[in-house]
This record gives sequence, C-alpha cells and structure tokens, in this order.
Amino acid sequence: MVTLRSPALYVDIGTMSLNSDEVRRIAQLARLAVDDREAEGFAAGLSDIFDFVEALDAAEIGGVEPMAHPLDAEQRLRPDAVTEPDQRELFQAIAPAIDGGLYLVPRVIE
Amino acid sequence: MKLDTLASWARRLRVRDISSRELTEFYLGRIDRLDSQLNSFISVTPDLALAAADAADERLARGEEAPLLGLPVAQKDIFCTQGVRTSCGSKMLDNFIAPYTATVVERMNTAGAVMLGKTNMDEFAMGSSNETSHYGPVRNPWDPERVPGGSSGGSAAAVAARLVPAATGTDTGGSIRQPAAFCGITGVKPTYGRVSRYGMIAFASSLDQAGPMAASAEDCALMLNAMAGFDPRDSTSVERPAEDFTAGLRADLKGLRIGLPREFFGEGLDPGVRAAIEAALAVLRERGAELIEISLPNSGLSVPAYYVVAPAECSSNLARYDGVRFGHRCDEPRDLTDLYTRSRAEGFGAEVKRRIMIGTYVLSAGYYDAYYLKAQKVRRLIADDFRRAFGQVDVIAGPTSPETPFRLGEKSADPVQMYLSDIYTIAVNLAGLPGLSMPAGTVGNLPVGMQLIGNYFDEARLLGVAHQFQQETDWHARMPAPFV
Amino acid sequence: MQWETVIGLEIHTQLNTVSKIFSGAATAYGAEPNRQACAVDLGLPGVLPVLNAAVVEKAVMLGLAIDARIAPRSVFARKNYFYPDLPKGYQISQYELPIVEQGYLDIDLEDGSRKRIGVTRAHLEEDAGKSLHEGFTAMTGIDLNRAGTPLVEIVSEPDMRSAKEAVAYMKKLHALVRYLGISDGNMQEGSFRCDANVSVRPRGRTEFGTRAEIKNLNSFRFVERAINFEVERQIDLIESGGTVVQETRLYDPDRDETRSMRSKEEANDYRYFPDPDLLPVVIHAEDIEAARRRLPELPDAKRERFISAYGLSAYDAGSLTASRELADYFEAVAAGCNAPKLAANWVMGDFSAALNRSEAGLAQSPVSAEALAQLLSRIQDETISGKIAKEVFDAMWSGEGEADAIIEARGLKQITDTAAIDAIIDEVIAANPSQLEQYRSGKDKLFGFFVGQVMKKTRGQANPAQVNERLRARLQGD
Repeated sequence: MVTLRSPALYVDIGTMSLNSDEVRRIAQLARLAVDDREAEGFAAGLSDIFDFVEALDAAEIGGVEPMAHPLDAEQRLRPDAVTEPDQRELFQAIAPAIDGGLYLVPRVIE
Repeated sequence: MKLDTLASWARRLRVRDISSRELTEFYLGRIDRLDSQLNSFISVTPDLALAAADAADERLARGEEAPLLGLPVAQKDIFCTQGVRTSCGSKMLDNFIAPYTATVVERMNTAGAVMLGKTNMDEFAMGSSNETSHYGPVRNPWDPERVPGGSSGGSAAAVAARLVPAATGTDTGGSIRQPAAFCGITGVKPTYGRVSRYGMIAFASSLDQAGPMAASAEDCALMLNAMAGFDPRDSTSVERPAEDFTAGLRADLKGLRIGLPREFFGEGLDPGVRAAIEAALAVLRERGAELIEISLPNSGLSVPAYYVVAPAECSSNLARYDGVRFGHRCDEPRDLTDLYTRSRAEGFGAEVKRRIMIGTYVLSAGYYDAYYLKAQKVRRLIADDFRRAFGQVDVIAGPTSPETPFRLGEKSADPVQMYLSDIYTIAVNLAGLPGLSMPAGTVGNLPVGMQLIGNYFDEARLLGVAHQFQQETDWHARMPAPFV
Repeated sequence: MQWETVIGLEIHTQLNTVSKIFSGAATAYGAEPNRQACAVDLGLPGVLPVLNAAVVEKAVMLGLAIDARIAPRSVFARKNYFYPDLPKGYQISQYELPIVEQGYLDIDLEDGSRKRIGVTRAHLEEDAGKSLHEGFTAMTGIDLNRAGTPLVEIVSEPDMRSAKEAVAYMKKLHALVRYLGISDGNMQEGSFRCDANVSVRPRGRTEFGTRAEIKNLNSFRFVERAINFEVERQIDLIESGGTVVQETRLYDPDRDETRSMRSKEEANDYRYFPDPDLLPVVIHAEDIEAARRRLPELPDAKRERFISAYGLSAYDAGSLTASRELADYFEAVAAGCNAPKLAANWVMGDFSAALNRSEAGLAQSPVSAEALAQLLSRIQDETISGKIAKEVFDAMWSGEGEADAIIEARGLKQITDTAAIDAIIDEVIAANPSQLEQYRSGKDKLFGFFVGQVMKKTRGQANPAQVNERLRARLQGD
C-alpha cells in the first residue's frame, strides 16, 4: 500500500502524548463512560491523532482571521410569530421515560 | 425489464411506457434479491414506496410534471423521515422514529420521488469506509472484500449495483465523493448552503452538505434540481434564484481552463490511479479544455485542520444524545451522571467516541487557541488558496482519492491512515466549494474517481464537464458483473 | 477594620416576544408541560435554529437606552454543558462578541445624589427548561416549555458599594425594560432574575477581594437580604482568619442565608465556540436609527420634563416616573383636569394608597385616569371641596360610578350662593347669642366655633372660603 505521509506536508514536530488521566477528564466532560482499558486505548489513539494535527503548527497564520463559516454571509432573521403547533404526543411517543407530559431523569439534587 | 438511467426512466414514465409501480416493484425486487451481498440498506420501505408510486402514477395520469415524478430513490439514513426509523447508522438512534421530515426529503417527495428505503452509512457519517455502521459494513459491489468508501457507502453501493437509480448522500469531508469514486458512480457535493441541512442529522455543521449520487452527471443534475433550494428553516441556507442544473450539461469544453493542483499529484498518489486520471484528463483536453498546473500550497494542512474543526463541532452536536428525550437510554440508571455516561457509552461506537473525545479536548480550556482557533485560521488559508486558483482557472481537477478501494479492516486499526483517505476531498469542505466525483477509469477491476472542484455555486459547470466527459467515455455506464 | 462592599449584578431579562429566540414555538407562561416545546426546543436530531428578528430589535433598543455601543457584528456561541433542562447539551449564547457593550445607568441614592453604574455588556441567549421535583420520588421531571425563551443578560461593572445601591440599580433597570416595552419584568414568573457577585475589601484598597456569585435572586427584597447576609458572612470569615473562596452560592429565602453550591461547581469547562448553525448578526446603521425612532421617552428624560413642564418637585417627578404606567396615568389625569400639581398629589396620595390597599395592578384600577380627572375638575371648579372629594373618590373606588353622578346622588354639591350662606350664618348667630357676645368682646378664637357650626349645618358643603369671608363680616356686625 502507498504511504500517505508526505515529508513535505506532514513534518513531525514533536510527539504529543495524552495520559489516561487526561483521557478520563475529557471523557467526563463529554459524559462518556470509559473503563481503564478503554482509557488506555484512547490515550494511545488520541495521541497519534494529536501528533498528526500538530502539523498545523507549520502554518503561517499571523494576521489571518479565523474562518468559522464557509460563506461570508450574515444571519437571516425570522419574523416573531408562532408557527409551531403543540405536538407533545408525537414527540413523546419516542421518549424513553415520561410521566404527565414531563421527561423523567434520575433525581437531580441541587 | 432492462436497467436504465434516472433520466431515461423519467422520460419513459412521462410517455407512460412504464408505470411508477412497475418501476418501483422492479427495483424493490433487485434490493430483495441482491442487497444481502452488499448490506447497503438499513431499512427498506416497500409499503410506503408502493403507495408513493401509486400516487405518482395518478399524478402522471393527470399529466402533471414534477422533476422526479415516479422515480425510485433511496435516502441516506441521516435524513429524518417522519414515521420511518432514522438511525444515522448508530445504535443510539436504532429506536428513533423521526417525528418530522428533512427538507431535502420533503422537496424530493414534492418532486414526486418514490423512496425505497434508507441506506447504510458510517455511524453519524463519521468514517471513510462504512465500517463504523452499527448495522455492519457495506461491501463494495466491485469486490465484496473491499469497502465502498464512506460515509455514504450504502448509497454509493446501492447505486453502483443499480438497486436504485439514484440516492442522496451527505459530504462533510468527502463522504459523497470518495464512496462515489470507490463504487464507480457520480456524486456531487454542492456549495455549502445550496441544499438545506434541516432534518439532516448534524455531524459538523459548518462542513455538512447533502448532494446527489447517481450513475451519471445528468442523473445527478436531475436530483439536484429537486434537492437544492432556499430553506427558511436553515440559517446557513443561501437565498438564490432556482437554477436548472441540467441546463449546462451540453456546454462546450472548448477553452475551459482546468487547473491541476500540483499537490494532488504528488507523493502518496497510487500510480494506477494517477495513470487513470491522466488518461481522463487527456480526454478533456481532446475536447478542447486547457490544462493548467496550479498550486494549492496549504492543501496539505486540510486533513489536520479538518480533524480539529469537524470533531469540535461533532462533540457539541452529539451532546443532545443523552437518553432523555429520544434515542438509546441505558437500563436502570443509578443517577443522572450514570444515565448520561452509560447511555452515551452504549449508544455510540468507537469512532464516534474518538471524535467526541478529540473535539471535547480541542475546545477545552487552555487548548482552544492552540487547536481550534489555529485550525480556523488554516481554514481561511485553504479557502484563500482556492480563491486565488479560481482567478486563473474555471475548474480544478484531480483524483478523488489517492487510492482504489481498500480491503475491509485494512485501516480500522490506524485512524490517521483512514483519515488520509480523504486527503483530496477535505479542503473542498473547509472552503465550502462544490465538488463532484465521476468514474474516470479503473485499476484492475476497481473504479477510479476523478474529482472536479468548482467555484462557489458553479455546480452547473461541474455537471456540464462531467456530462461531456460521459459522452466520450463509458466508465459511468459500466456495472459490477454480479449485478448486471 | 473598615470594610467596603463591592457588588456587580448579572440580570437575566426575558424578552416579551410571542415566539422563541430560535424557533416558532409560543412563549406564553403557564402552559401544560412540554406543550410549547417544538422540535427545535427539544433538540431533536437535525433541527436548526433561526434567529427571531424581534429579539434583535429589543436588544438594540436596550443598548440605545443605556447609551451603549451596539455591535455592528455579534456572534452566537455555544456554551457546552450537560444538564437535563438543557436539551441540546449546549446553550446558545453570546460570548466574545455580544450585541451590546459599554453602557451605563444612573441611579438615585438616598441622599439625593446620583451615581453612574457601568454596564459591561448585554448579550442574547436562550433560556433553559425547568426541573420539577415535586410529585416524584426518585425522579425529576423536565418541562422544556421555557427552553428557548429569549433572554438578554445584562452584566454590570462591579460599581455598587451596598445592597441598597444594588437594589436601586436593579429597580432602575426593571423600570427601564418595562418603559422600553421589551420585557414584562414579571419577577414571580422569572422574567427578571438576578445573580449578584459580591466581595469585600478593606476600605481604601483598590484591588478586589475574592467574590462569591449568589444565584436565584428573584425579588428586590431577596437581593438586598442576600447581599447583606453575604457581606456579613465574608467579613466574619476574614476577621476570624478564614479566606473567601470563589464559588457559586444559592440564596435560601426561607432561612435568609446563602449556601455553597459546590455540587454544581465541578470542573466547569464550557468549551465556548462560535455556533456553526448561526451566522454573525449584522446590525446596520439604519437598523439602529429605526430602533432609536421606536424608543419611548425614557425615565430620566420624563422626570426632567415633569419638573420643567408641570412644575413638580424632583421627588414627586421621580416617584411618578418610577414606572411608565404610573407616569402615563398621571399625565392623563393632569391633562384631563388641567391641574398638574393637584393631579400629582392625588396620584401619589389617595390613588396610590388605594391601589396599594387593593394589591391590584394599575391596569386593574377601578378608577380610570379620565374618571379621576373629572373628580379633580370638580375641586378645581369649586363644585366640591378637597375634603368632600375624598368621600367621592372612595365611592368611585367601590364602583358607585363617576364623580358627577356621585356628587349629584349624594347631594354633595358645594353651596356657593352668598344669600343662602348668609341665611345660615344668621341662623347660627341667632342661636348662639352668648358666643357672639364673647367674640365681639375680643375672644377671636371663637371664630372657629362659628365656622364649625355653619359647616355642620351645611353638612360640609358650604364653600369654606366664602363661609370665612361672610362670617367675619357678619360677626363684626356689618
């Protein structure tokens, strides 16, 4: 198979490594349950990807405006009018747990 | 009944040479008989299809005209279809019966299309091989040991095997063009904003764009006529007068300036693919096009930039899958955190989790500037490269993928190698430009796709170039032997 | 040690649009759970937000009213966190580029001076839903009707130095949003809510102390109490050798205390980034001019006008302009009776007192401005005296009809006929010969006795000035 790492385009500039504690912190932020084995797997896999992504450091970005959208357009505005009917029964037909029109979750302690 | 193209079926339906019901039954029969070899459909909806076909026949009988009236199509399972499971290739949405219909599907329904079912795809459109689907991988009709590409692999395989004459796809980093190339069909990723994203399950909102996949450029043009158009429900939908994408099909190639980016023909390009592309370019030159070498100096940064921007958006877009209002919910959650973490861990597959993790990381405190902001700046550099190039040329051409379809499992263990499969397509999404892939030759038995990139809103020109090429060649008409 | 309190407020105001900020669902308060939560509000897969034009207009009006900079380009960002009342797992808000920046509000202090409070920014965002715990044992119910209701969050500079100043600022802002007609300001329904950032520092020091953020303040009274409690707590803590930690605290009105919400604190990392589903909000100069033309007269300007046009005192003008409704009511009364000072006295006096007693809002007042004006006109044209007018007003308040009808029915019309008054005076003098003698021999104080007797005989309806004049003449034997 062909190798796709062109030296000109993907200069290895240092190795980035993520430990499994960091992985667990990220998983917690993302609300993903990971066990120890998975955490290690992610640590290795993500490190490779971040290594690769570090190619961005080679870019000359001084004075460049970040680009959040492909098109240079402005937000369109919608008239203030009620256009959505009540469809609670339709929407709650696919809900995992409801009672009296409310969505149920395990008790939230405040 | 003999196989035919979408455009040809449309003509035959109009003259009542065939009914929509007959046509629908014909393709449903093919799916029934042949899809076990491919796994290209997640859901087949024969009852809905036949009802839609009968309705189309009535409209045809009344002499009504509509762009896709009576024509069978398939929808990628990323588009919400009211009353039909919309899984997005994920266990998370295995039980999700969409309570509303995506704008694209609605437009196609209004245009008279007959939906046969929902096609398989990489989970949440994250993948380049269709191996991340909860419903199992799709096989490439040209070689069942090889992948069809992704994420719109089900649509590509189904069209290549003529289980359906046309299908929809979505393209965030190459998900229409790469599978189109791998399966030997034509696929168009329109300009960002051309096709509504409403009801299309989001992966990376600033990159996602839906488009047609069919056997030929002409068929894609017909599809795009129905799919494209302003939608007030999508803030990023572009308000432009309706366009007839079939109008430019017969445009002459004489004097057309085609730019060949040096970077797309460099190291990493499979020699067989290069040879096929060069031969295809020669055909275009013979038809009067001028080939000009150009440079897109930052295109090499497109994959790294993409793998920051797309996961960042995905990590946020996929936060709504929390087991509360719809979708997978774990059994007997102990508390709220358990509900979230377990529902999500059970509902998402490995690649989706990986991307959520990447995205969460690059947006987290202390890393935003180093990753996300930098990637957005690189994104502008990439878009500026194209802007300069289109000052010089009318279209840009090159290979769609650096290689022919790889074997199932071949890249599963190495995400970076998998990501590099989209090295020529990703820059187009970052810039928001239209791109097309068309069959341009083979290496052995495997199809090779040529990518055409146009300036913003220049889809008609891309379709014209492809159509002219397809007048000279028959790559697009070839079919994998077991499905003939 | 002398301590100084430093307070900054973040006020969330619901904008009074009929539909939500990013969807066409209704915003009306009090619907059955989840009946006003559409696909967009529920965060169903594939749905997209589209911005409500009225929300932008209202934010621009607010910006103009506080003399702020209106951003020509503002950006919506996603604030990412998981919570059951937040359906998408992120709140659409504004972060780096808010729509309004750098304004101010002048507040009146108790000593009569004014103080300028800086407004750092005001940004648009969507509200979350509600978590309901009652009626469930191990579960919480989620109602998403409120999800997507438009909010403007108004963030002040840490310019306030006491709970009283904080309340004055909050009241001023409350009056302003209602003047502008951009919010109903209903605090019971949560349309106007406040978080207070409170810290203390030794007087004279310039750097700030560590602050605590107090949440859940939905009344002026709670704001004052919570801040006072928190200030005491921080001072006690520091003076007993402790240190204040930066944290979120919840005010509990039942116990009148603030307590730590550490459970919510765990590693907040909101991962803000520009929302790719929304484009930058561009506000053109002509949009700003259009909003400026729609601005009503603002409280400070109205107050100045009341002073100069009606000759009211600064205090009266301030009281009457505290709310737009009251100011409008006063102006209608003043115009109707053509006696602004009399109108001011009545509106702030008997009218406000009756309103307070009834606990009704001004809109439900049984006495309209026109009706009150008619009553005051009868004082002006001497049909009745001010004292009788109070009786008439009470009758009007209890629904007995208009002033003229009540005066007529009860026979309260003032007696101004000189001959009739003279006749009554003569009767009184004739009936009290000894008092007359004493008066004439120099006991001036008895003049009051005669006035009282005349008024008694006329049941208070004789014109007091005329009675005085005629009586004096008669007693002197003219």
